Amino acid sequence: MTLDVLYFAWLRERIGEARERLETGAGTVGELVEELRARDERHALAFSDMGAVRVAVDQELADLEAPLAGVLEVAFFPPMTGG
Amino acid sequence: MSVRVQREDFDPGAELAALTRGRTDVGALVSFTGLVRASVADPAEPGRALALEAFELEHYPSMTGRALEAIEAEACARWPLQASLIVHRFGPLAPGERIMMIATASPHRQAAFAAAEFLMDYLKSRAPFWKKETTSAGSHWVDAREADAAALERWSREG
Repeated sequence: MTLDVLYFAWLRERIGEARERLETGAGTVGELVEELRARDERHALAFSDMGAVRVAVDQELADLEAPLAGVLEVAFFPPMTGG
Repeated sequence: MSVRVQREDFDPGAELAALTRGRTDVGALVSFTGLVRASVADPAEPGRALALEAFELEHYPSMTGRALEAIEAEACARWPLQASLIVHRFGPLAPGERIMMIATASPHRQAAFAAAEFLMDYLKSRAPFWKKETTSAGSHWVDAREADAAALERWSREG
């Protein structure tokens, strides 16, 4: 399936892209992270410490177990600092 | 009940006046405005202050509005609010500029104060914004504070 993957803050800077569209067979967010890590060094570095990464699936906060069936957009970012 | 995400500045006085205009049932109106400080902690040495040279607020446009609306709806479900407002800016901001404001209105002050604190605690950790500070030591993304996560816990304990 085709997914839009978005990156914010230092994840965007480390990966060098704000958004990429990719074909994936990943069934969960965790499997998607494994696929992304294997792509190149920039991705591997960005996803080296998942304790520092948060994820949203179709604009809702989610976790690594979240399924990707029917999902259009996955976003990765550091813990939020609003207010 | 209203949420706005915008690049431009806002006028807190005008926002508060608009919130209660034409109403005679509001007894308490609480607001909080967050500003950019000119002096920030050195990320390498937190006891030391550095002058802020640039400040940027990044956000996740397609998620921000709905995240703020969810936070506001939760506050309205917990307290008898007659009106509420969240305004949050994004983009480059200078020291002294307003970042965001919230306001809550209710018949009595307890609900308005509590809901305002709740909104701020949730905005800190659940609104998709990220702050980047530039000082003489370089640029860095502001870390989420443990104290902010702990503040959020408090509300789930209190149910």
